[in-house]
Amino acid sequence: MTTTRQPITRRRFWFFEFYRSAVGKKWVMAVTGLILIGYLLAHMVGNLKMYLSPEAINAYGESLRDLGGHLVPRTHLLWIMRIGLVVATYFHLHSATTLTLLNRRSRPDKYDERHYAAANYASRTMIWGGVIIAAFVVFHLADLTWGWGGAEFVRGMPYENMVASFSRLPVALFYIIANLLLGVHLYHGAWSLFQSIGINNPRFNEWRRWFAYGISAVIVIGNISFPIAVQAGIVG
Amino acid sequence: MDLTLRVWRQSGPGDKGRFEEYPAPGIASHMSFLEMLDIVNERLTLAGVEPIAFDHDCREGICGTCGLMIDGRPHGPWEGTATCQLHMREYHDGDTITIEPWRAKGFPHIKDLVVDRRAFDRIVEAGGYITVSAGSAPDANLIPIPKEAAEYAMDAAACIGCGACVAACPNGAAQLFVAAKYSHLSLLPQGQPERWSRAEAMVDTMEHYFGSCSNHGECEAACPKNISLDFIALLNRDYIRAKWKNRRLAGQS
Repeated sequence: MTTTRQPITRRRFWFFEFYRSAVGKKWVMAVTGLILIGYLLAHMVGNLKMYLSPEAINAYGESLRDLGGHLVPRTHLLWIMRIGLVVATYFHLHSATTLTLLNRRSRPDKYDERHYAAANYASRTMIWGGVIIAAFVVFHLADLTWGWGGAEFVRGMPYENMVASFSRLPVALFYIIANLLLGVHLYHGAWSLFQSIGINNPRFNEWRRWFAYGISAVIVIGNISFPIAVQAGIVG
Repeated sequence: MDLTLRVWRQSGPGDKGRFEEYPAPGIASHMSFLEMLDIVNERLTLAGVEPIAFDHDCREGICGTCGLMIDGRPHGPWEGTATCQLHMREYHDGDTITIEPWRAKGFPHIKDLVVDRRAFDRIVEAGGYITVSAGSAPDANLIPIPKEAAEYAMDAAACIGCGACVAACPNGAAQLFVAAKYSHLSLLPQGQPERWSRAEAMVDTMEHYFGSCSNHGECEAACPKNISLDFIALLNRDYIRAKWKNRRLAGQS
């Protein structure tokens, strides 16, 4: 291995060349992570309409299908957004998987003793937290989009579906636990993405941590409020 | 004080390796960690045991040759110091100290506590240089450089290439080393002509040997020169920019 090696030569289409490098994958992970954070925020804020009235959130659900008004055929814009989310999720998971495998290979022999000084619970559980969140997302889609979750499900009636689903205590608890894990994941991710993209300036480096705290807190508190509200009988 | 050392012994790359315990009685608190190892080795030699192989050179924290994983911390428990700067006053009578080599795929094992860090040389060869005109030394301060930029470049240039960042990284990544070697050149006017090719060549070579950065921050905590993670952000940004940069415009800042 110590003989002179040439740098990896990359002569494919520019995106694949870029994506082949670990730094490129981290950039893709950061950008797709940002897209997913944006979605999570919008999703949470939209669902807050649950507190206005059943009609408000049901009308909101319907208006998502009508996005673009008369400019585009019905549900087309929604589908474009959904495809965008699927693509972002795919690249987020693919880069995470390949980088994790690379990192495992890079330390074949483990230390007998290791004291971490800076790595925290969040940074060290990104991959497994991510796997659990992905499993939760599949359950969540089955439960409240496709209606396979076991609760009484009526398409186009998000308020009633949500109440029916969250009335079951184990499901409510699963939502709460998954969202707390999501918060841990976001706490590292929302800070780490600045480093991966290379946004670093002493004037706002402090602010990057606060951004991570804020994003995780807002999304988690908003999301877990829904099952809690249903269980507490505030909504229902 | 009387200590016990738990040391990784491995005769070569073919050997599986194991921990062995050596008593180290009568260690004075003013000894350096490496002096303590010297004494243990002298006693081992007299007892007919092969002494523990470890790397060392300047013993004043500037060469980057020494590097041991001491009780699970690269360069031991002191912040901002190399192994040679660690002194035995840190320890108490009866302590057991575990000593391991750096462990990473990019640092193949040689013997006992010695690993092969030549992967770092390959990375520097790939882009860690600038082109200068040969001849007599130019006058000092011929090229004006903002004070902040000069100092920041100097912070990166403090890297002694010891490999503690790789040893500390849960991913076995060398991003902090590469970022330091990249930044101390690329932050200065003299480093601009090769800036974009340097970013690509150093990162691409790094990825031959090492894992990827996931921003744990362990490298920064372990670095004997306290080199900042900020340089990693700079390296990442410049690698991405290098992929897009129209090289015909590379002469413009």
